[in-house]
Amino acid sequence: MSPCIDDDIPPEIDASSESDLKLNRRDFLTASAIVSATLVTGIATAEAPSPTTPSLLPLTLSINKQIHTLTVDTRTTLLDLLRETLDLTGSKKGCDHGQCGACTVLLDGRRINSCLTLAVAAQGSEITTIEGLGTPGNLSPMQQSFLEHDGFQCGYCTPGQICSATALLDEVKRNEFSVVSFNTGHTANPNINDDEIRERMSGNICRCGAYPNIVAAVRALTGGIHGTGGQV
Amino acid sequence: MNPFTYQRPSAPEAALHAIELSNSKFLGGGTNLIDLMKDRVETPTALIDINHIGLDQITSTAGSTTIGASVRNSDLANHPAIVANYPLLSHALLSGASPQLRNMATTAGNLLQRTRCPYFMDTAFPACNKRQPGSGCAAIQGFNRTHAILGATNEGSANPYTCIATNPSDMNVALYALNATVELHSSKGKRTILARDFHRLPGQTPHVDTILAPDELIVAVTLPAAKFAKNSWYLKVRDRQSYAFALVSVAAGLELDGQAIKSAGLALGGVAPKPWRSLEAEHALTGQPATSETFARAASILLNGAKPFPQNVFKVELAKQSVIRALTLAAKGAQA
Repeated sequence: MSPCIDDDIPPEIDASSESDLKLNRRDFLTASAIVSATLVTGIATAEAPSPTTPSLLPLTLSINKQIHTLTVDTRTTLLDLLRETLDLTGSKKGCDHGQCGACTVLLDGRRINSCLTLAVAAQGSEITTIEGLGTPGNLSPMQQSFLEHDGFQCGYCTPGQICSATALLDEVKRNEFSVVSFNTGHTANPNINDDEIRERMSGNICRCGAYPNIVAAVRALTGGIHGTGGQV
Repeated sequence: MNPFTYQRPSAPEAALHAIELSNSKFLGGGTNLIDLMKDRVETPTALIDINHIGLDQITSTAGSTTIGASVRNSDLANHPAIVANYPLLSHALLSGASPQLRNMATTAGNLLQRTRCPYFMDTAFPACNKRQPGSGCAAIQGFNRTHAILGATNEGSANPYTCIATNPSDMNVALYALNATVELHSSKGKRTILARDFHRLPGQTPHVDTILAPDELIVAVTLPAAKFAKNSWYLKVRDRQSYAFALVSVAAGLELDGQAIKSAGLALGGVAPKPWRSLEAEHALTGQPATSETFARAASILLNGAKPFPQNVFKVELAKQSVIRALTLAAKGAQA
């Protein structure tokens, strides 16, 4: 699925009744997903005759400190479960292949790609999504920092960026390294300068190119030494 | 994805029992397997999750360090014993993928990630000997800038099973240079093999990347006594600064006695279907002064027999210069 889903709106939508046109974007996406699912099932039957029966499993997940008891198709990724079943649509689907970071959530406090994580494999872990970091009236420090430093443009990658940056702070507190720490000979005590921030945030792609302000938002909370040639 | 069953055993024995069903696969971090399943390049009908069978420890004894199969790449890279004694491994691990993927990916999963290229990943291309042996190789006449120059190419298009994809792991390159071993268990027994013998060249069976039997489980990777703790470097050359596969990478470790090289570990990534190591090149370093002339001689030996394709001719000289640079930085002890 591409983030520019609006490009894929089929022509018949334009011919819908006025009440259909009042469908909000969420309803439209849900409806599209049902159509897509039907198509995918058809393809699966044609290409791979066996097995065709989905394998269903009961599942208990703790998400943002709330327990959810569900039955899922084993194929369901954590990302799809969050978005399509639990209506936690903050986590975004960009590439769906672990290459863009828009789906980043925290699993037991560590950042992961929820698009490559099976929901069934996440059982037993505490999952934190952007919805669990803060609320509109009570933003987390990293959410507040992104707001103050204008660390976004279209906002699509932002939930993943903020989840990723939140985990980054914990990694720095645990004195974890990046390859920059090794390349610069700072493995005893990494200086979290802009080169370090860029490397540590490199799992999150921003199509709008808001990187300078994202780095600024993270820098404000790492208290790091400012950049080695890359300072904004 | 095709439907599959999911099991979560709590002990290695249960996992080995479960794998005996046909067409089942072990699930580690899933960063490569789930990705390939989404594209129907991999189509297992059963997944056996091995993240909860107690293989998540790193243990050091007097002579060696043993890494459990499901230790995450990020935990391994940051483990104090690894950083202190095997910084080459940390340096390589942190050069790969992204923080998110390193938090997911496991030691065994990294060893088992597929040797691959964009044509393998995209089933719209019918010709891929790795997906379908005998179907041809779309890369030979296609976009082959990132492909192999060693190990896969000597037979060229004369071999109907040619595959010129590279193994993208950074960890594996360091494991080869460190002379690591891999411990394998099955319900029939156990065996230990050198990491450098674990992966195989495509030959006539390019769909088989490793010597792992279908019913075998990697339980651990063991690093022998550390020799390169003071003098090692992992150099990764790629199209963008981070989060990209290597065009060329070098794992270099030197054991120095003054300016003389007592022993050396040297392997290349991004240039072959498996990390490329030549004992002859390492012997050319041993007993010699740590000078650029010595390093250049080893680089030439390591690249012996390189056969590039039209778009990746640059890789031969890039690899030679990268070897010289990595050995120079290792000799300086620049890492500590």
